[in-house]
Amino acid sequence: MNFFKAIAAAGLIAASASAFSLPARAADITGAGATFPFPVYSKWADAYKKETGNGLNYQSIGSGAGIKQILAKTVTFGATDAPLKADKLDKDGLLQWPMVMGAIVPVVNVEGVRPGELILSGELLGDIYLGKVTKWDDPAIAKLNPKLKLPSAAIAVVHRSDGSGTSFNFTNYLSKVNAEWKSRVGEGTAVEWPAGVGAKGNEGVSGNVGQTRNSIGYVEYAYAKQNKLVYAALINKAGKTVQPTVAAFQAAAANADWAHAPGYYVILTDQPGEASWPITAATFILMQKEPVDKAASTEAIKFFKWSFEKGGKMAEELDYIPMPESVVKQIEKTWTSEIRS
Amino acid sequence: MSAAEERHGAPPFFKGSCEKVFLRRFAGHMRDRKQGIGVAEIAVHGSAMEQAGSHDRTRALNAFRLGDKAFYWTTRICAILVLLLLGGIIVSLIVGAWPAIVQFGSAFLTTQRWAPSAEPPVLGALSPLYGTILTSVIAMAIAIPVGIGIAVFLTELCPLWARRPIGMAIELLAGIPSIIYGMWGFFILGPFLANTVQPFFIDLFAGVPVLGSIFGGPPSYLSLFNASLILAIMVLPFITAISRDVFATVPPVLKEAAYGVGCTTWEVVRHVVLPYTRVGVIGGVMLALGRALGETMAVTFIIGNSFRISPSIFAPGTTISAAIASEFAESDGLHQSSLMLLGLLLFVLTFFVLAAARLMLLRLEKKAGKQA
Repeated sequence: MNFFKAIAAAGLIAASASAFSLPARAADITGAGATFPFPVYSKWADAYKKETGNGLNYQSIGSGAGIKQILAKTVTFGATDAPLKADKLDKDGLLQWPMVMGAIVPVVNVEGVRPGELILSGELLGDIYLGKVTKWDDPAIAKLNPKLKLPSAAIAVVHRSDGSGTSFNFTNYLSKVNAEWKSRVGEGTAVEWPAGVGAKGNEGVSGNVGQTRNSIGYVEYAYAKQNKLVYAALINKAGKTVQPTVAAFQAAAANADWAHAPGYYVILTDQPGEASWPITAATFILMQKEPVDKAASTEAIKFFKWSFEKGGKMAEELDYIPMPESVVKQIEKTWTSEIRS
Repeated sequence: MSAAEERHGAPPFFKGSCEKVFLRRFAGHMRDRKQGIGVAEIAVHGSAMEQAGSHDRTRALNAFRLGDKAFYWTTRICAILVLLLLGGIIVSLIVGAWPAIVQFGSAFLTTQRWAPSAEPPVLGALSPLYGTILTSVIAMAIAIPVGIGIAVFLTELCPLWARRPIGMAIELLAGIPSIIYGMWGFFILGPFLANTVQPFFIDLFAGVPVLGSIFGGPPSYLSLFNASLILAIMVLPFITAISRDVFATVPPVLKEAAYGVGCTTWEVVRHVVLPYTRVGVIGGVMLALGRALGETMAVTFIIGNSFRISPSIFAPGTTISAAIASEFAESDGLHQSSLMLLGLLLFVLTFFVLAAARLMLLRLEKKAGKQA
């Protein structure tokens, strides 16, 4: 008796569930990877679901894990902050393109210093992270900031403890601008940090810097803005001091030569141009060229196409930078020529 | 329950030979005769009794036999499952760690560098091992005296009405999820230690040869010392609960005799209670140590996650479990394999600590058995 009741109940639940999801007959798109673009992907997914009824299930488990999942073909697309090189893409039959851009900013917590007041050069930032410049009143810092009165306190360096695309872009930048960093530490999602403490995730670093006096860290711009952290200005490749603004991020992005990069392998750090913010980064999508589930793959491409067309404003609201139109056109061409559906 | 009461309570038609058969069967199974009768009675009242009127005895007996067998195999499969799981975990850890074992060999244990992005990657377990052992040792150094002190107070000195509330408060500490300790350590304890306790020690020992570098500056919100202190609070309930239980096993006559000849409470604890329960207390300490070695979330929050060995306990460091927790998601290849090897090391370390604890508790039981 109970048994039949249970079956009837289950049937009812199933029926009502399918009634709700009727417009979305196609299976939800699944993706996994980078945490950095998660806020904008989920915002797009919400809007897309409202408009088309098709859902997106994105798990922000980290770039490395995202790459692993797409290689194992357990998801429709993977997302990574550190792009894969063209030969690796060819070997694994993957297609890669940039989806959205963002920026990484150094954040500090020093008494009396307001947002954008402190000016750092890439080399100096490298020396601080190398543990060579250890005090806030170091002559190297004072030289760039003659007007600021900085305390004679030890610099508490904060870095990411987990492997992350943010760290990849940050260390990539330091390697470009600080020779000693390049030879001693290098670039990677997880490196051998010569100084400081590690905190987990962008929120861990912003939490740590917000709480620790005389500290310095690096986070994705949106986190600095949301947590009202004191960001520093940077001196870019052209020798100009730039503030982290959307215009500066866009200037860096505009300089990138996407057209001639196989697999769109472009790292946006240390771009030329007077207005360019030096630590700008793109985040990438990975898909199988010959997908197992062709229907899901087609749905995913539809979603990305929609996002490029209508998601720009939403991305800007969250302090991300949409891809320039010329790049989008090129990416769309790549889809039709490369992905078999 | 006496045998007469038993028989009185049994259903009338089961008196005589049938009852004896059941009794013997269950007595054989349970060894404990008294309990056996109880169970037989329940069983008879339950399923077999209704049928017994119309069906013959063998059927009832068969029903019991079948139930017995099913029960035996269910429990046995459960037990085997645990062993299989344990074996599976060990095997998969070894398989996962194999590339790192081949690549680094025993140098893994003595290398301090942890550079997964270097070409080629250099990965060594020395700094997480150092952090794991150091934090556990400091945590035990704090938790053992405090934990035993609380247990002594609860069993010897505390007024009766306050024993339960205090005991329960201590046990509640064990129920707090470790992430809560981590957050508390990060937001409250870390700043407090960095602003008060650490500067005090740094100033106190400044200039003293060895202590000066152990308690060397600068103060840090995230450090080995902070992690040790949190660990100490986390393992405290284990030490207290076990110590309190073994202290309660001391025969009152021993304590009363000691008090009778004029011993102070301290002397009774020092010369009667502690010697009598020494092995049990050590067993409890080892269990706590096992927990301290493997604690992950709280430590990850407050240790600073830095792969360096510094002479100062106020410097950030890392432990095996913290390293795995923070790096595993984004690792691959040799890096991931090395994290697996770290996990294997921790497994072996914890296994030995727990084995030692078991051994000591076993010795305690033997000792108690002889005295009884």
